[in-house]
Amino acid sequence: MTFRAAVITFPGSNCDRDMAVAIEKVSGTAAMRVWHGDAHLPEDLDFIALPGGFSYGDYLRSGAMAANSPIMRSVKRRAERGVPVLGVCNGFQVLTEAGLLPGALMRNASQNFICRTVALTVENSQSLFTAGYENGQTIRIPVAHHDGNYFADEDTLDRLEGEGRVAFRYAENCNGSRRDIAGILNAAGNVLGMMPHPERAIDAAHGGTDGVALFENAVKALATV
Amino acid sequence: MNIRVHVSLKPGVLDPQGRAVHHALEGLGFAGVDEVRVGRLIELDVADDTDDTALTEMCEKLLANTVIENYRIEKVG
Repeated sequence: MTFRAAVITFPGSNCDRDMAVAIEKVSGTAAMRVWHGDAHLPEDLDFIALPGGFSYGDYLRSGAMAANSPIMRSVKRRAERGVPVLGVCNGFQVLTEAGLLPGALMRNASQNFICRTVALTVENSQSLFTAGYENGQTIRIPVAHHDGNYFADEDTLDRLEGEGRVAFRYAENCNGSRRDIAGILNAAGNVLGMMPHPERAIDAAHGGTDGVALFENAVKALATV
Repeated sequence: MNIRVHVSLKPGVLDPQGRAVHHALEGLGFAGVDEVRVGRLIELDVADDTDDTALTEMCEKLLANTVIENYRIEKVG
């Protein structure tokens, strides 16, 4: 079985190694590491991950600079061709800034950096990222962010909910996100952005394993035997 | 040509930073402040023949996030 995954590293990414470890642990195949300045992604990728961190020091807006880096042009083209893309935390911010997902991540309503494990409700268990969970299931995943307050206008929020594109909600809203949204899918369902860190919930010794199902299901759906 | 781009949060978008600054002003004893909104000022020195279309594109593509922010381009001279 092979699972060709790439983890993109921007200057200031700091969860890229964790993401690569999670992918390798679940798939058995080491993820390729790709630098933001590279113009091209490896061919025949099954999966692309944009990790958490503080790309470009959050200059201008979180994710704004990374969204315009050379590699993101390739990521956009692959996403449009249907390659699954997972953006976590800063990766989610990059996806919204790049226009691959609607809305924006703003400063937490409390103004505080939040770093703790939170309960999420799985809202859509039909996507290739979430099919390992059940609708309405509560999972516990760590968050660590300053700019996780999801904002979109009412029409966009209605559309996201109407189309089943809210993947996860906070059981208790920790950052002011509109309609408690913690993670959303694109219209085609192959791009997921989420503030919580599933790659930090893959080892019981590190506080939980509720993130494993996300990677397992992606691998199950995408790996070539 | 010197350009100032003023970026501000759209009306209705919660501004926690502005709220904290407002709170701090009240803490300093300044009464009568109804609201504080914090924005961003970006100064550009551009070629004299830079047209308005290019300036607008700079704002739309990078300098402002039009999902949450408005921008205003001011030509300083």
